[in-house]
Order: sequence, then C-alpha cells, then structure tokens
Amino acid sequence: MSCMCIEKRTELLHHKFGIAALAGQKVVALAGNPNTGKSTVFNALTGLNQHTGNWPGKTVGNAQGTFTHKGQPFLLVDLPGTYSLLPNSADEQVARDFICFGQPDVTLVVVDATAMERNLNLALQVMEITDQVVLCVNLMDEAKRKGIEIDIEGLSKKLGIPVVATAARQKQGLEELRDCLLDVACGNITPVPFTLRYSQEVEQAISELEPKLTPLLKGTMKARWVALRLLDGDDTLLEDIERYMTEEALQDPSLSREREVSPSWPQA
Amino acid sequence: MAEKVQNAIPLSELAPGSKAKVLTLFAEGMVRRRLLDLGVVPQTIIECIRRSPIGDPTAYRIRGTTIGLRRDDAKQIMVEPLVE
Repeated sequence: MSCMCIEKRTELLHHKFGIAALAGQKVVALAGNPNTGKSTVFNALTGLNQHTGNWPGKTVGNAQGTFTHKGQPFLLVDLPGTYSLLPNSADEQVARDFICFGQPDVTLVVVDATAMERNLNLALQVMEITDQVVLCVNLMDEAKRKGIEIDIEGLSKKLGIPVVATAARQKQGLEELRDCLLDVACGNITPVPFTLRYSQEVEQAISELEPKLTPLLKGTMKARWVALRLLDGDDTLLEDIERYMTEEALQDPSLSREREVSPSWPQA
Repeated sequence: MAEKVQNAIPLSELAPGSKAKVLTLFAEGMVRRRLLDLGVVPQTIIECIRRSPIGDPTAYRIRGTTIGLRRDDAKQIMVEPLVE
C-alpha cells in the first residue's frame, strides 16, 4: 500500500510471514471458506510455480505461487480456508493477520456459487478490513447444474468491488480474473466496498474511536474496522498490532529476533 | 407471533430427521460469533441429521453444509419445529 514503502513491506513479509516477495511483484492474498475450490483457483493461476511450507511458528500450511500477467509479476499467497476472520483458531488468525498486516496489494476472496449466503459473510469481513478486494464466484458449473443463477453484475454493484465468475476446474473465467487482479493491484480500478452499518449505539461509539485511531494506523488498515474489534473486546488484535506494527521491530530485524527470546534467559 | 414462541424449543431437542427454523440465539461471546459465522441466524432452516452413538454431538444441516454441534451449544439456539 502507498503509505508503506516497498522495502519495508518486503522485510515485514519475510520476517513475520516467511514470504519472500521480489521487488515489483504484486502480492495477492487468497481467502475463502473451506471447500470453495480455493486451491483449484490457486493451482489454475500459478500452475507449477509453487512453494509450500508453514507459517512461521504455526502448524498451519502455507502455499505461495507466482504468475505473470501482461508483464506484471504476481505473488499469490494461499491462506487457510476459514468461515470467519475473527480468530477462533490458528487458521483464522493466520488468515486475518496476513490480510491486516501483510499489506497485500489485493485480497482475492473465493466463494462457492452454490452457497453464497454463508460464503459472503467472509467477503464482508474482508471488505471491512481493506478496500483492495476482488470477489471470485467459483463453482459456477455446479451452480448451473443445481439451477442457481447468479447476477454477477448486480453483486458487483451492490458490494462495490469487482466480481468475476469462474469454474476453475474447467479453466473458465481465469483470464478475466487475472485482468481484474491486475486492474486492482495497479490502481486502474479502485473498489469502493459497501459499508455495513451497525446499530446507532455502535455507530456512535465508532465515530468517537475512528478519528483517534486514524493517525495511529497510518492508513495500514481501516480505522473503522479496528474500532469495531476494540468494541468487540478482541484483545488478540491489540497484541498483533504490537507484534506487526511496532516501528522499531520493523526497522531493526535483530531487535525483533531478540524479543522472541525469554528475557530471563541468562546471557552467555 | 405468540404462537411461534409457544412452539419454541432448543435445537438440542430437535429429533433426527426433522427440520426447524431458527428464532433466537442465546449464546454469547465467541460461541455466538462462531454460530453466526456458520450461518445460524434467525429464519435459517436447520435439519437435524443424526446423533452420535453416545448422544453428543449431533450433526445438523445448516445452509448446505453438515455441521456437528455439541448439546451445550445447540441448547442455546431456540428454534421453531417445522411440520412437514
């Protein structure tokens, strides 16, 4: 994102997420519910250019892949399949942390065309965190077989983000998806996600917190979303903000490594 | 509306093979959040699929996916049984 210089983000991705992004590569986070064909989309986009491992310090699998579209290199990061971004499990925390703190250029949310009701919950949560979202409605072939019709254009208008229909197994819609990722990553399209309005009391509390949070967050994530999590009493977010956003930790990598060692450990 | 409330039972009481419509959610905190994320919101139709041999947990069909819920969590969901 514009406010964070590129070298800093590369370092953050490397140190905190174990991801080596090359200069000029656009980073795309791939999110979605389990069983949406997310991995099929990942494979279809990256082919054999993949690398798998674990998230640092977590027993959660991590797959990265690369592809180039119209001369623009991309790094695609496959996040664990989750129903929600409110961390109930290590999987969900990894997904949330990456979308919040990994500063991806685009977050691609893959949803199952046959179970939109459940799937759109995650899409809305991602849209609360970042504006840089593309929605991929996958399994269109299965939806068609079940007699489900989806108004892609209407959905895109309503959500305020680009929406692409795909059947990744049949390699349908992938070119359009690549175009869309390129447009959003390079700023040719600026999504304006629909904002979910809460009750009057909650909105009142948000409007009090938001102006105080905005300067602290320096544009890294939406102040409105952080305000909502604070109102939720989500302490994990505060810990993560400290872990990922402390300036010293970013500028001096040796410092961040030292902090992982127990302070009571006797120095040799 | 009053009639509906009279029919209300906790989801844990729903017999396997029958369906019900969600009325309210008494669960709080993370359990509530989780249930909402899984699509358990008012008006949702839930079908009780089967109980495990020892009676807990129970498999429910919720918005196209089968989800296992513990009795303690299912107790916190008030539903209105649907007559087929």
